[in-house]
Amino acid sequence: MAHQVSPSLLAVNAMPLAHLRLLDMIVIAVYFAMVIWIGFYLRGRTNTGEEFFMAGREMTAWIAGLSFVSANLGSLELMGWAGSAYQYGILATHWYWIGAIPAMLFLGLVMMPFYYVCKTHSVPGYLFLRYGEHARVLAAFSFALEMILMSGVNMFAMAVVMKVVLGWSLTFSILVSAFAVTLYVALGGLRSAIFNEVLQFVLIWGGALLVPILGMIQAGGVSGLKSQIIKNMHTDSYFHLWRDLGSFSANPMGVHWTGIVFGLGFAISFGYWTTDFLVVQRVLAAHNLRAARMAPIIGSFFKMAVPFIVILPGLLGLVLLQNTDGSRRQLVPEDTVKVCMPMSSDCAASLKKTSLSAEVQQDVLNQKDTPQSELHSYNEVLPLMMARYLGPGLLGLGITALIAGFMSGMAGNISAFSTVWTYDLYKPLINKKGSDSHYVIVGRISIVAGVIVSIGAGYLVQHAHGIMDYVQALFSIFIAPLLATILLGMFWKRATAPAGFLGLLLGIVFSVSLFVWVHLNPANLKYVALSPYAKPMAENVFRALWACLFTGLVIFLVSLVTKPKPIAELEGLVYGATPLPTEEPVPFYKNVWLWAILALCIFVALNILFW
Amino acid sequence: MRGSGIQIWFFIGVLLLIYGLMIFGYGTYEWVSVAHFGGQYPAGVQLTSLHTPIWWGGLLTALGVLYCVKFRPGRA
Repeated sequence: MAHQVSPSLLAVNAMPLAHLRLLDMIVIAVYFAMVIWIGFYLRGRTNTGEEFFMAGREMTAWIAGLSFVSANLGSLELMGWAGSAYQYGILATHWYWIGAIPAMLFLGLVMMPFYYVCKTHSVPGYLFLRYGEHARVLAAFSFALEMILMSGVNMFAMAVVMKVVLGWSLTFSILVSAFAVTLYVALGGLRSAIFNEVLQFVLIWGGALLVPILGMIQAGGVSGLKSQIIKNMHTDSYFHLWRDLGSFSANPMGVHWTGIVFGLGFAISFGYWTTDFLVVQRVLAAHNLRAARMAPIIGSFFKMAVPFIVILPGLLGLVLLQNTDGSRRQLVPEDTVKVCMPMSSDCAASLKKTSLSAEVQQDVLNQKDTPQSELHSYNEVLPLMMARYLGPGLLGLGITALIAGFMSGMAGNISAFSTVWTYDLYKPLINKKGSDSHYVIVGRISIVAGVIVSIGAGYLVQHAHGIMDYVQALFSIFIAPLLATILLGMFWKRATAPAGFLGLLLGIVFSVSLFVWVHLNPANLKYVALSPYAKPMAENVFRALWACLFTGLVIFLVSLVTKPKPIAELEGLVYGATPLPTEEPVPFYKNVWLWAILALCIFVALNILFW
Repeated sequence: MRGSGIQIWFFIGVLLLIYGLMIFGYGTYEWVSVAHFGGQYPAGVQLTSLHTPIWWGGLLTALGVLYCVKFRPGRA
């Protein structure tokens, strides 16, 4: 969530990190054949709007749960967080544990009944029922824009990663992946996207799990890894989640525990996991309320396990990566790679900020062809570790996992865009009286059009790299105001329609203003994060927190001076005005609360274990 | 997914089975060729003595067979 490799900064001119053999190519080709087979198979089962946009609402808790967690498990995200683990140690795990688990459990236990009972097709659809048309159109428009731009940016980013890792051309990667995604989503709709997300989840584990297993064997287990990291890095901060968060300057990430708990653990995490339609859509496709509540809880167990294949390889990279002459390979920040490959006048200053020895820095500056002078960024740690341990076939499986992660992420963006475009923009604003089959056709066309626009956005980014950072910031700009709007709408009967719309609108304006303020003058970060020692990582979490609180305040104040809806109109939408459906009795081991409490206990235990 | 038709688990089983057989087959070929015919392990790959493709390919094959059989189309 909200952390990706910035491909504009990757060294696209460098030699590929890995070389595929025939067997690897066959492994990749089999994957493409499989997803297209699934698309054609599901086409015959996807005729009505409910089937196309909501997968017939017949997914089991397991499928919805795996799809829910998989929609967030893109390849760029995996590479980015592995790079963060190399840079910051297990602090990066916060984005997988406190940045996900409490919100997922809250969605399953508390919020899901309202989403499910009101039978909405989308999160903007819920806003329509609760606050009216204006709030829906604002949320739908911002979400649709975000999905298209993110899809394009991710497509381009993945093409750059394929070029860096394998040497493939950008156009080849973009066209092949866009064609495959368009084909299987336009044919099978959300059902096809969900099937492929589950498939991708299995592939990611099958392709990436070997890296930490073999790495731990070579590092000599946990004790060997710890002792070597302390020897290389001269600190044990890399193994502590909370111990060094008492001040901004005591940890390499430059964050404070208040930002992690309230900014990440509440504003960003709850915003993403409970209101971002990209993930909520997967749970809405469950076949009954119990499955819909169980899905995020099942997903939480897998989410807690993801650091094993993401964070651990990053840590292992600190001690195991070697240059071709056997010396320890030290990775550097992306901007150092950018200014040194090809060489620019900023290279010397950038190299001084790294931990590379003076001798190696001189070799880089003199462009000497030595093993140590070949620079790689933190974000390349995962493919470098794959190339280290995976031979023919297995490397193809690992690369397939990365491709599958990208394609399912793009399919998620496009399928969510298609639903929101058709039900929340086209239907209310352009054609209210179309037949069900008409809206399915509109949905299919919007998928093709969405992919074409995404490709255009991808090429636009290629020629204007600065846009990339702004597009990736869209996520954190929109999500926090949306969270406050939905939470107050769902749990406060007094919240009114004008307040919901105004709160969302002003919250987005406030969030954008904070973003622009800091980007125009980075020194302003100390005001946003409340400390002169704060680093850029702190900006997102604190901006989200302030935007959420600001939106809540606007909704509260405007609600006090505007007329609320009658209670009868809030049934099915608001806590206290909705008789929650009673669920059929089930054996204790199928009880939603039992599994949620178990997930919570494991979450607490992991945080204590890695304190 | 509930109801009739091919379940996602069957598709996963087919994919795991194909991948498992390919990787296991390559691992066996690699082991035999290195042990008896003077072949070499791929350059730069670490821990080749563990014969990872054999046991990982075997594991994928076993899981693939299990899923293909348990979730085969038409099974009640």
